Amino acid sequence: MTVSETSDVKANRLSSADYADNFSDIHPPLTPHEAIVEADRCYFCYDAPCMTACPTSIDIPLFIRNIQAGNPIGSAKTIFSENIMGGMCARVCPTETLCEEVCVREIAEGKPVKIGLLQRHATDTFMEREQPHPFTRAASTGKKIAVIGAGPAGLSCAHRLATHGHDVTVYEAREKAGGLNEYGIASYKTTNDFAQDEVEFILQIGGITIENGKALGRDVNLEQLTAEFDAVFLGLGLPGVNALGLEGETASGVVDAVDFIGVLRQAEDLSLLEVGRRIVVIGGGMTAIDAAIQSKLLGAEEVTIAYRRGQEHMNASLYEQELAQTHGVVIRHWVMPSSLHVADGSVTGITLEKTRLDAAGKLSGTGELVTLQADQVFKAIGQTPDAGPLAGLPIELEKGRIRTAADRRTSHPKIWAGGDCIIGGEDLTVVSVEDGKIAAESIHKALMA
Amino acid sequence: MADLSTNFLGIKSPNPFWLASAPPTDKAYNVERAFEAGWGGVVWKTLGEAGPPVVNVNGPRYGAIWGPDRRLLGLNNIELITDRDLEINLREIAEVKRRWPDRAMIVSIMVPCEEQSWKAILPRVEATGADGIELNFGCPHGMSERGMGAAVGQVPEYIQMVAEWCKHYSSMPVIVKLTPNITDIRYPARAAKAGGADAVSLINTISSIVSVDLDNFAPVPTIDGKGSHGGYCGPAVKPIALNMVAEIARDAETRGLPISGIGGIQTWRDAAEYIALGCGTVQVCTAAMTYGFKIVEEMTQGLSDWMDEKGYATLADFQGRAVPNVTDWQYLNLNYITKARIDQDLCIKCGRCHIACEDTSHQAITAMVDGVRHFEVMDDECVGCNLCVNVCPVDDCITMIEMTEGSDPRTGRPIDHDYANWTTHPNNPMAKQAAE
Repeated sequence: MTVSETSDVKANRLSSADYADNFSDIHPPLTPHEAIVEADRCYFCYDAPCMTACPTSIDIPLFIRNIQAGNPIGSAKTIFSENIMGGMCARVCPTETLCEEVCVREIAEGKPVKIGLLQRHATDTFMEREQPHPFTRAASTGKKIAVIGAGPAGLSCAHRLATHGHDVTVYEAREKAGGLNEYGIASYKTTNDFAQDEVEFILQIGGITIENGKALGRDVNLEQLTAEFDAVFLGLGLPGVNALGLEGETASGVVDAVDFIGVLRQAEDLSLLEVGRRIVVIGGGMTAIDAAIQSKLLGAEEVTIAYRRGQEHMNASLYEQELAQTHGVVIRHWVMPSSLHVADGSVTGITLEKTRLDAAGKLSGTGELVTLQADQVFKAIGQTPDAGPLAGLPIELEKGRIRTAADRRTSHPKIWAGGDCIIGGEDLTVVSVEDGKIAAESIHKALMA
Repeated sequence: MADLSTNFLGIKSPNPFWLASAPPTDKAYNVERAFEAGWGGVVWKTLGEAGPPVVNVNGPRYGAIWGPDRRLLGLNNIELITDRDLEINLREIAEVKRRWPDRAMIVSIMVPCEEQSWKAILPRVEATGADGIELNFGCPHGMSERGMGAAVGQVPEYIQMVAEWCKHYSSMPVIVKLTPNITDIRYPARAAKAGGADAVSLINTISSIVSVDLDNFAPVPTIDGKGSHGGYCGPAVKPIALNMVAEIARDAETRGLPISGIGGIQTWRDAAEYIALGCGTVQVCTAAMTYGFKIVEEMTQGLSDWMDEKGYATLADFQGRAVPNVTDWQYLNLNYITKARIDQDLCIKCGRCHIACEDTSHQAITAMVDGVRHFEVMDDECVGCNLCVNVCPVDDCITMIEMTEGSDPRTGRPIDHDYANWTTHPNNPMAKQAAE
């Protein structure tokens, strides 16, 4: 196959109506009637499997029963008591591999109770009715805690600490709080600026100050923070992006998928965003799916996800893969990037090598090549921690990620950590929220001992 | 195909499904539509005496309880007897009966408890050509305060007296419609029979408040801020009605008295149950008011198909067959031992059986076995109560199995195949007395 010598990357591929339509809510909320009917499908299981499967252990049967009994506000309180980001998690959790996967209705009928949508119904109702914040602060303890990163882990930690009466200062490198929720998730999953609404909701507890534009290692450092504060929580996320390691990677059109999603999320006018006619996304996780679908929604004609292993190995759930496919994205398995084609400083294609698992279970190339035309190549092959700011402090790391005990305490007695930056992080909002919660309880215990 | 035709007190109808006296039978328009849809008969909505008709409220007349998807489970009403002029009703009854000679036309009547009132109206009803009359001794609201309806139905002597008047002043078959708002249904039934009534029909509606509006703190339905008790009907009342029917069917004094069964009949199966307890016809109202007249097609078809499957050619083939199996608690076999069995292949592991048994009953179902979620009955604790069966969301997943061999692991006593009941049980002090 010959590769075109010119790339076709441009804005304004669609009509304005198409943009609005394409980026509207992908899972419209349940109407109150739908919610009541769906809630009635819940069997209020004993020791419910869904609750066990939820990383934040939300009492799912109880919150669903709250809805069924006409008390969505109480339902939301049940949710928020375990997961202050219950609203976002209802939108972005891969429920199909968490709560809904183990729903007994899934076993009985192959149709789980729509737990995610019910959670959204409750939390949306709560937030739309502008209820007073569901929690009040304990009496002030006089303790001060620094939280690095205003993503799900940091905000969850800050909120829980604030409820216990501590004062929290959150340092956030970017302009807005929210982390992944604000910058890294497909926009059709969280429309109408929900991420910022949620940040505001969380801050209503009081006692939390966010300092935006303050990056660890640049504007603040750990030495100083551990001296000034009673404890520090690191919720750094994974700001670095893995490289393909191919020649031509700096060419125009080779794009970091995380950046692409971030720019899209912050765009005021989607029609101004440039997108290629032919896209190849390298990777197999949620970021790859989100980037592929959104480029399609921006008007790309041919979008391919290239993943080096099989369907069953992809980090993106089967449901997410199907979502990509129903949006017209082609997923090619068992291929890895081999070389980039560049003309006039712009990428024009990519050659992939087919792969297989050898007898020892190791992935290797077969030597067989396939070349795809591409005006843009998105890299979504995993993110890395930013080791810089951590250097020089006695915090144990492993492959750049922070090692923590079960209570999320690092090897440094005054520092806790959680979210994607720690070992074992699952790169899920809900897991990060839980990390923050666990760390906050541990910090509280340590400070009040 | 099974023969569904009925002959109730000599009144013939092509099927046992009659529309009960209520709004669906208040005028010719509705009744014509019902007959076109296939209903076997109607009990025309209760007529009052000549003169100014009764006055209904102009606000809401119904209250309801629903399932989560707004499935109507129970309905109550505060409506009174017909508020149309007696003359118009009588004229329409005559016209409709003339057009539909093969359908049962019963006329419900409620007039003051004075001989003269009944003497006045009976010939006029008879003149319409109606097949029979039903005495409304049941309405619990509105008319009862005026000494009619349930006020009469709660006094057996009045029932007997009015039944006697009706038999005296009319040659039509007399059906007495009984109120359930009474302690023991057998007394009014016996009184009806003693008064010469040809049959009873039951139940009328149950005094009820279906709900309280928590915004204005008034019963529903609410009329300008106030509510009153209404009459309860619909699927929710069927168990109460079935018991009352059975009581009359097996009472020594009323056994064999024809019964028209009423109360929560929604499908052919409900009707078959009433007939199995001795009813010759059934009357339907709430189901029709909920879904329209077309449901009679499901009812006749379902009953006919079931009868075909069972080999019953006519209703008489199974009518009353459940009556001998209704008994008093003291005659139940105390040597009949069952244990619950959970089909592990069907179990979806919701754990409802476990928590119901654990929290509220006999701690006889496991939650976990060898570290995994597993629900299994412990025979040495299971008393065979079958609560687990009733809370299990999966059909036939939990069943009750009779123990026929060995001994009961709970009591350690060997299985006794002989029938033995409370009357002879050693713990029964009366049993000792009987033995002396």
